[in-house]
Amino acid sequence: MFRFLLSRIGLLVPTFLGASVVAFGFIRLIPGDPIEVLAGERGVSPARHAELMAQYGFDRPIWEQYFDFLFNLLQGDLGMSISTRKPVIDEFLVLFPATLELSFFAILFALALGLPAGIIAGVKRGSVFDHTVMTTALVGYSMPIFWLGLLMIILFSSILGWTPVSGRISFLYFFEPVTGFMVIDSYLSGQEGAFRSALSHLILPTIALGTIPMAVIARQTRSAMLEVLSEDYVRTARAKGLPPLRVIGVHALRNALIPVVTTIGLQVGVLLAGAILTETIFSWPGIGKWMIDSISRRDYTSVQGGLMMIAAIVMVVNLIVDLLYGLINPRIRHTR
Amino acid sequence: MKKLVIGAATGLSLALAALSPAEAAKTLVYCSEGSPEGFNPAFYTSGTTFDASSRPIFDMLAQFKRGTTVIEPGLATSWTASADGKSYTFKLRKGVKFHTTKDFTPSRDFNADDVVFSFARQWDKNHPFHKVSGGAYEYFNGMSMPDLLKGIVKVDDYTVRFDLNRPEAPFIANLGMDFASIFSAEYADKMMKAGTPEMVDQNPVGTGPFQLVAYQKDAVIRYKAHPNYWAGKAKIDNLVYSITTDAAVRYQKLKAGECHVMPYPNPADLAAMAKDPKINLLQQEGLNVGYLAYNTKKAPFTDNKVRLALNMAINKAAIIDAVFQGAGKAAKNPIPPTIWSYNNATPDDVYDPVKAKKMLDAAGVKNLKTNIWAMPVQRPYNPNARRMAELIQADWAKVGVTAEIVSFEWGEYLKRSKAGEHDTVLLGWTGDNGDPDNFLAVLLGCDGVGGSNRAQWCYKPFEDLIQAAKVTSNQAERTKLYEKAQTVFKQQAPWATIAHSVVFMPMSKKVTGYKINPFGGHGFYGVDLK
Repeated sequence: MFRFLLSRIGLLVPTFLGASVVAFGFIRLIPGDPIEVLAGERGVSPARHAELMAQYGFDRPIWEQYFDFLFNLLQGDLGMSISTRKPVIDEFLVLFPATLELSFFAILFALALGLPAGIIAGVKRGSVFDHTVMTTALVGYSMPIFWLGLLMIILFSSILGWTPVSGRISFLYFFEPVTGFMVIDSYLSGQEGAFRSALSHLILPTIALGTIPMAVIARQTRSAMLEVLSEDYVRTARAKGLPPLRVIGVHALRNALIPVVTTIGLQVGVLLAGAILTETIFSWPGIGKWMIDSISRRDYTSVQGGLMMIAAIVMVVNLIVDLLYGLINPRIRHTR
Repeated sequence: MKKLVIGAATGLSLALAALSPAEAAKTLVYCSEGSPEGFNPAFYTSGTTFDASSRPIFDMLAQFKRGTTVIEPGLATSWTASADGKSYTFKLRKGVKFHTTKDFTPSRDFNADDVVFSFARQWDKNHPFHKVSGGAYEYFNGMSMPDLLKGIVKVDDYTVRFDLNRPEAPFIANLGMDFASIFSAEYADKMMKAGTPEMVDQNPVGTGPFQLVAYQKDAVIRYKAHPNYWAGKAKIDNLVYSITTDAAVRYQKLKAGECHVMPYPNPADLAAMAKDPKINLLQQEGLNVGYLAYNTKKAPFTDNKVRLALNMAINKAAIIDAVFQGAGKAAKNPIPPTIWSYNNATPDDVYDPVKAKKMLDAAGVKNLKTNIWAMPVQRPYNPNARRMAELIQADWAKVGVTAEIVSFEWGEYLKRSKAGEHDTVLLGWTGDNGDPDNFLAVLLGCDGVGGSNRAQWCYKPFEDLIQAAKVTSNQAERTKLYEKAQTVFKQQAPWATIAHSVVFMPMSKKVTGYKINPFGGHGFYGVDLK
């Protein structure tokens, strides 16, 4: 297990370096001069332009800028935002709990619906339920988040008036953040109705963000279940006369879960990407919305710093998934 | 779950009505379009940041009368210019209180030290605050203040004199701009001594009608009314900016009663808003102009007859319909009609493709191949540059001109068009200070060639007129000069003036007293809730 752990951690080093090159290069590949974007139609004089380029270090050779970025990154310094003039890490940490909270509820929603739907569809293959689940999953997977989000707002918030349109909590409630997680902070605040308001604000964004992972999980669970259910050991378990629930729950599901866990791990990346759209539509103050703003402002430091933080999170989550994978299936951790 | 949803629904759909009596009547929620970059307006150039900083929190020496471009006394009660126009003396208002916050309790009223501090910080590179928080003062620099200022002198506690290197008639209007917000020197001293000078920019203290309570990044900004505001306490007690970037979502929030006022509606939603009995749709012509600039340094656009012919070939009415969807007014002058000195007598270009073709033939232009640069972004003066370029392309095709549409990323577009790489370029301008000089000199003056003058047009008769107007403090004389300048502009046609967009502000019918700011900003002093 220790060697398995080491090999997985060892893989992180080249991945991290690769991510740093992509994060650094990505924003610079987009044409556009950050100083010109800052100045807009008004423009800046050539002398002032040169002064600002020097101030931000953009006048230095690109490799020098990259190594500077990498060196600072390794020390935990992501630099100062060009537009807000605050440390990028501070901005990230203020906004990240909002994204984490939304992603957590979205994955919870995806699992709560996707897993049982996939299991039942696999077990009842060819049934009306199976077809319904698969059709719903296909529709859910194909639906653009921004369209789904807007449609839900119009129906549930505007027409029916069931849910708030956007934001994290009603403006009526105001308290200093303790954890950054609105559901927890609203509960801790003790203000009447705050917790309920925070939960109600989560409903639509959670559905919008969780629909695609839910569809993927349902489809993956179904196909994994189908595969496992045809295995000899399942037939043996059935032949032994074990109750069907035990056969499905213990013998089939545990093995079917291996690819499903990997899928769930991969969904973290999907969630963070989906968060960009969901947060924009629902005015959710998380890192997705922040990244979009930073890209449009050509805020190089925020974009590269934010991307590195996101990459680091995805890497860590995938590492955890790899380790879980090893725990679920002992053969995997012995392959090396 | 259902219970929760319905419970939330009941609570939230009635959110505004369900407030406690004190809050219920007087908390105004504004669904703003974006997050401010910070709270020191001297650092930034975006309207979104000004809406959250200078407009609620600060005052200037001179200010624009609400809903107009007319300058009136602000923190200065009066001012006088010296005979040579190189010196302005301001008498300051007495009894003006700064905000009291958890970090700062002012021990004195506003005085000349605050004025000197606010400008010296931006101007003097050796000022202890110059480099605090990054220290880039783009608007101050952009308005050429460092070249213009010779000295700022505190004459006494309530008198300040600005000495200039040259006469500059728009100087007072410049002091009404957001970068000229007045900060508390006492607060700055205190923060400097505490070793946290950047707090001056992050937790601002001003004299404005509202004071900052809290900012939750990208989510909500909360203000409360300044109880001792010199012009009288605001009619609303609390002001909340609910940051909502998507225009369609802002509209849904307005409909659901989650906000009272929203800016920048989608043109497609305007018809529905106008019919909604709960929504009041205010509108006013914006202080902007959208134009097509010819590169007058490139043949055949060096010839004004060619430019006039091409102007004549453009069907402006069709553009207003298709691109502005009615939310625009045809522009005939390079300044909008809301600015003083607008020359209403100027005849607009007549749409006449047949005559245009004849004029091109007479100028020896046949089978002209050119380009039209179309902006990649939506701007207040041009909601869809690509569509506008396509319409112009089709119009010009009718007179035998083949135009290719070219576009670049925004920063690149600005940079290349400044350098004059284009044949013709679509762009526009929103006024800063309501002075004609802010349009005519910035966009068409000789100093702007290679910069903001995208037509690269330097024409002596025009330049003489705008330079004469710049150094004349008599507004009647200036008006005559600018009117003449507009006539010269029209004869020379360095641009095809396309449109002035109309600004729409949808708001709940509970909101009273709101006035559209011609500069495009949003302010809530003087606004009340029924």
